[in-house]
Amino acid sequence: MSAGVAHTPAAHSDYQGAKIGMWLFLFTEIILFGGLFILYSAYRAKYPHEFHHGGAELDYVIGVANTAILLTSSLSMALSITAVQRGEKRLAMIMLALTVLLGAAFLMNKYFEWGAKIAHGIYPNGPELMKRSAGEGLFFGLYFAMTGLHGLHVAGGVVLLSIMLVYLAKDRIRKGDHVKLENAGLYWHLVDVIWIFLLPLFYLAA
Amino acid sequence: MQEEHAHVVPYATFVKVWACLLMLTFILVVVSRMFHEALSVWAMLTITPLKAGLVFYYFMHLKYEGPLLKAMVFVALATLVVFIGMLFFDISSR
Repeated sequence: MSAGVAHTPAAHSDYQGAKIGMWLFLFTEIILFGGLFILYSAYRAKYPHEFHHGGAELDYVIGVANTAILLTSSLSMALSITAVQRGEKRLAMIMLALTVLLGAAFLMNKYFEWGAKIAHGIYPNGPELMKRSAGEGLFFGLYFAMTGLHGLHVAGGVVLLSIMLVYLAKDRIRKGDHVKLENAGLYWHLVDVIWIFLLPLFYLAA
Repeated sequence: MQEEHAHVVPYATFVKVWACLLMLTFILVVVSRMFHEALSVWAMLTITPLKAGLVFYYFMHLKYEGPLLKAMVFVALATLVVFIGMLFFDISSR
């Protein structure tokens, strides 16, 4: 290990290693949400009618609108990375700022959607939900748990991407050294992928 | 420079992928609202993974990665699919 090995520079960076590390983290996220998807599938198989009724109570227009918002934010995220690679800093910053705004818009929709359900007493242990069958309780329990965990990931992503925007402004992310932005983008896209699965499971379940 | 070999994906590629994703979402919604349940389940089981695949392959740059990373992602997803498959096998044999 010691003899004959050339010194590496102090500011050593490992582009491939950084990306593989990020992907390993994403695998843990896939298994985390995967476990919840398995739970959902098991209960849906047991209570098909209750899940059908539960899905009918969700407004699919909001679900589809949020899908379009997240898909568009994924586009602006990907465009931002290409812009950095090309050295087009201004465009990269505009696209990244757009991504942050779309993420915030998604959370805003979620806030109104959850607010309406909670106002009607539909939340875990809520008065309206307690009158319903066990299957509908499970549907809405999973709805709040899974979209809630996903929402936390979106909120985390918005904070992360805001930090990346500051890095971009200060040239800590720039052409030739953009792996931070690329890894943040990987995270954002995975959050988008999880939503792609949540849409049909909850909003199109009816 | 560490990143000289990092692939620069053209803007147009991403815009096309985005258009495909929106179109697939539209098809999924129409099929699940208009047609019989069996068809909508099949639409969900095909269109949703296809959408996820597009995001993985293009937006997450998997297309431009080496065999190591591709194999890692494949093993992770295959593991999840095996567990989901085992679950459905269990449910159907009850």
